Amino acid sequence: METIVQQIQGVPLNHYILFCSLIFTIGVIGVLIRRNVIIIMMSVELMLNSVNLLLTAFSAYSGDPAGQVFVFFIMALAAAEVAVGLAIIVMVYRNTRSVDINALNRLRG
Amino acid sequence: MIDLIWLIPLLPLVGFLVNGLGRDVLPKSLVGVIGSGVVLIAFLLSCGVFSTIYALRQAGESAVFTQPVFEWISAGNLRVSLSFLVDPLSAIMLLIVTGIGFLIHVYSIGYMQHDTGFAKFFAYLNLFIFFMLLLVLGSNYLVMFIGWEGVGLCSYLLIGFWFKNSSYANAAKKAFVMNRIGDLGFLIAVFLIFTTFGTLEFAGIFPQAAKMVMGDATLLLITLLLFVAATGKSAQIPLFTWLPDAMAGPTPVSALIHAATMVTAGIYMIARSNILFTLSPITLQVVAAIGICTALLAAAIAVTQNDIKKVLAYSTVSQLGYMFLGLGVGAFTGAFFHVITHAFFKALLFLGAGSVIHAMSDEQDMRSMGGLKKHLPVTYVTMLIGTIAIAGIPPLSGFFSKDEILAHAFAHNKVLWVLGFAGALFTAFYMFRMLFLTFFGRFRGTSEQASHLHESPITMTIPLIVLAVLAALGGLLNVPSALGGHHALASFLEPVFADSVAKAGEFHLEHTTEYILMGISAVAAVIMAIIAYQQYVSKAVVPLSDDSPRSALSRLSYRKFYVDELYDTLVVRPLNALSLFFYRKVDKGGIDGIVNGLGGAAGESSKGIRLLQSGNVGFYIFMMVIAVVALLAYGIFNG
Repeated sequence: METIVQQIQGVPLNHYILFCSLIFTIGVIGVLIRRNVIIIMMSVELMLNSVNLLLTAFSAYSGDPAGQVFVFFIMALAAAEVAVGLAIIVMVYRNTRSVDINALNRLRG
Repeated sequence: MIDLIWLIPLLPLVGFLVNGLGRDVLPKSLVGVIGSGVVLIAFLLSCGVFSTIYALRQAGESAVFTQPVFEWISAGNLRVSLSFLVDPLSAIMLLIVTGIGFLIHVYSIGYMQHDTGFAKFFAYLNLFIFFMLLLVLGSNYLVMFIGWEGVGLCSYLLIGFWFKNSSYANAAKKAFVMNRIGDLGFLIAVFLIFTTFGTLEFAGIFPQAAKMVMGDATLLLITLLLFVAATGKSAQIPLFTWLPDAMAGPTPVSALIHAATMVTAGIYMIARSNILFTLSPITLQVVAAIGICTALLAAAIAVTQNDIKKVLAYSTVSQLGYMFLGLGVGAFTGAFFHVITHAFFKALLFLGAGSVIHAMSDEQDMRSMGGLKKHLPVTYVTMLIGTIAIAGIPPLSGFFSKDEILAHAFAHNKVLWVLGFAGALFTAFYMFRMLFLTFFGRFRGTSEQASHLHESPITMTIPLIVLAVLAALGGLLNVPSALGGHHALASFLEPVFADSVAKAGEFHLEHTTEYILMGISAVAAVIMAIIAYQQYVSKAVVPLSDDSPRSALSRLSYRKFYVDELYDTLVVRPLNALSLFFYRKVDKGGIDGIVNGLGGAAGESSKGIRLLQSGNVGFYIFMMVIAVVALLAYGIFNG
């Protein structure tokens, strides 16, 4: 156990923080730029997972298991969210025959 | 009988309600009977009251009765009740108001017969009598003020009776506004009276005032303000221009309101408050000065006027000036005597003029009249009596009352006598001018008018005859001791003016001086009558038409000394400009600007914000991201 932890701690924490921020930013940009709603869902997942990674890293470095427990929660939540989100996408597709978000401008004022 | 005082004002009020509410349902004859009947009963009650007071005065006792009706205002120190006061002064006013009022109601039955607003007219007349009775019967300044304002209101309603004519409506508005300017003076005076004396009741104020020192500053202010009110109500300089314009109303209105009753309210009020005025000699000088100036100004204007009613209107203003002159020189009884005789002959003259106008198919310009004495004999004889009376030719009533005022003026200040005498010369001249132009010579009207010339019906001629008798014999009320009389009126009114006479001193004039003064005025009046005869009958001069050239003096007089134009420039135009400024810049620009501006701002901002709702989901998400980043930044850097 000790050695695994030590090996994990071999990688400086800043690397993890940078890495996760990068992935998070990629996720954000993906949400903002992409037109296909499924790709947007994937980008949201990417954001969530980057946060998961960071939490795990912090948990490993501080020896506090609370971070990893929280990761479980986030995973469950992400799964539920994807389920609901995909259901909505299916309904939208049935109504507008498209998965392009620019076709969803019925809320225009 | 005395405890029925409250009935006297109540009856005309009931008449007003009945005729007013039933104006569309009651037949004309019933309206006339109700309207005149209530005033007749009020007159009979007033006779009863008067006889009680007279009997007491004959026995040498004071005769003052107060009848409270109900407690009206009770707020802290201010306790005002609606109560009536009857004493010799108000008893005489009661007789005048109800008596002449009754005659004019009867006259109106004939005069307004063909008018669609017949019932409305009688309702307004009764309402006027009600308010006038409140004015003279009030036992405190506030009840008097109710009557004061009420008669102003009725004057407005009656002058503008034929309201569809906009110039008549404007005349009514002018009368009302000028009256209100005076009312402001009255109101401020009432406030001052309350703070000075603690009460508004006459019985409370005058004994307190009698103890004050002559020339007291507060009293000076109070009396000046009361006099301002009197100038508004009784058409003196500077608030007199409404009265000639008020001739737009039907002639019975001119006779009742603008000759006999409403315009005398100012003199009544000052006579009632005589102790306050006697203790303010400066105010009395102002009163006398304005009185004589008004008398002369109006007389100078009347000389060139061609409308028969305008001549009488300016004559009224002039005679009111004489009454104020009388008050100003301390001749309280004399001024009041002139009120009485003036009521008789002026009402007579106006009703006679109405009869002439009626016969002339509503023509009022004397240049179209002439030679009417054979067509309108009764009117002619009665108007002749009225003219002789107003000119001050003995033994008719005007001579006695005017001479009493002039005698007091002579004793007070010779200049006032000279000016008053000049005014009397004018008066005799223009009144006889009016008589001669109307009744003598050749008829100058159209043949259409000539065919309709007829004497008026009996409902119109009986009041004329009654008033002619009164105008002829009225002088007997107060024959001076110089002529062997017992000055009955003076002794009757003695307790009302006792305090003033005590302070100002008795009036003394050598009998010989009095004879000379009387002789001069009588002879001068007759001479002016002869001059007028020469001019308008012998030489048959017809006054100039409106567009022919006139001498400067004649133009000045004909254009009424440009007083209306002066007021227009000084007061009306600036006020209109101010009103326009407030309307455009403050109301429309400012207030509406703010309200509309707020609405506009809300609209504009919502137009801008609406664009945020593009329906573009990507934009929404982008905004969400920005917001989160901003919150984070705030949290990190400030939290």
